[in-house]
Amino acid sequence: MSTIQPIAGELEPHPDVALVDRVRGGDVSAYDTLVRKYDRQIFRIAQHITQNREDAEDVMQDAFLKAYQKLDQFQGNSKFYTWLVRIAVNESLMRLRKRRTGKMVSIDEDIETEEGSVPRDLADWAPDPEQNYNQAELAEILRKTIQGLPQGFRIVFVLRDVEGLSTEETAETLGLSIPAVKSRLLRARLQLRERLSRYFRRKKGSEK
Amino acid sequence: MTCTEFLALLDDVIDDSLTPEVRAEFEQHLGRCGHCEVILNTTRKTIEIYRSHEIYDLPTGLRDRLHSAIMARCKKGC
Repeated sequence: MSTIQPIAGELEPHPDVALVDRVRGGDVSAYDTLVRKYDRQIFRIAQHITQNREDAEDVMQDAFLKAYQKLDQFQGNSKFYTWLVRIAVNESLMRLRKRRTGKMVSIDEDIETEEGSVPRDLADWAPDPEQNYNQAELAEILRKTIQGLPQGFRIVFVLRDVEGLSTEETAETLGLSIPAVKSRLLRARLQLRERLSRYFRRKKGSEK
Repeated sequence: MTCTEFLALLDDVIDDSLTPEVRAEFEQHLGRCGHCEVILNTTRKTIEIYRSHEIYDLPTGLRDRLHSAIMARCKKGC
């Protein structure tokens, strides 16, 4: 198996490069380390896209297995994590297609909405709005709110703001242009803000 | 700067990628527009809440089970 070259311009190769090289050299235990490092993120991304726990479990397994099988195709000109996320996003979309019996599913679905593009709810939030809910209630609010976003906005928000990919990495992962990622991110952020305002706005008559 | 122009720059402010000149204009607008200040603060808070709360956790038992299944198949060559 070939050795990955460090990304041009980077002095220190990413630690994953060494792990990937070890796997390519036949050391399966190095893959164990990579799985442990990224399994939570991949599971979360899969669940955000499929919105189904069983599908997310299957996607997580399939994505790591596919990445292992295709490791020779990993060029090292992107991060291993970004490459893995791209596989997981594709697996998730395939899983959705199966569930919807062949209906086309893409990240361009339902994005022609103007909702939230112009902020309507201008009320300020309580100082620590999450304090008004217990953990389970808060998680439910956050889940329900993000699930209501159009798919194409939700994926961009999750990759960019929750999982910390850069705009460029998000664009590369989803096969979108940078302006498209930026436009979707703004609208996703504004729509989520608008929807969360229903729960977090400062109550009338409260002191602060 | 108008509120619409402010909104168009919102992501760049949140991601801290404005030039000093544009940032100064932005701050100036912020100082006299309460609505835009609310939008900026609550949008920042929206991102922070989603970043800091795990809404889809992977319980240890399930994680171990999935992990074992993946590694068993990798060892067999998938």
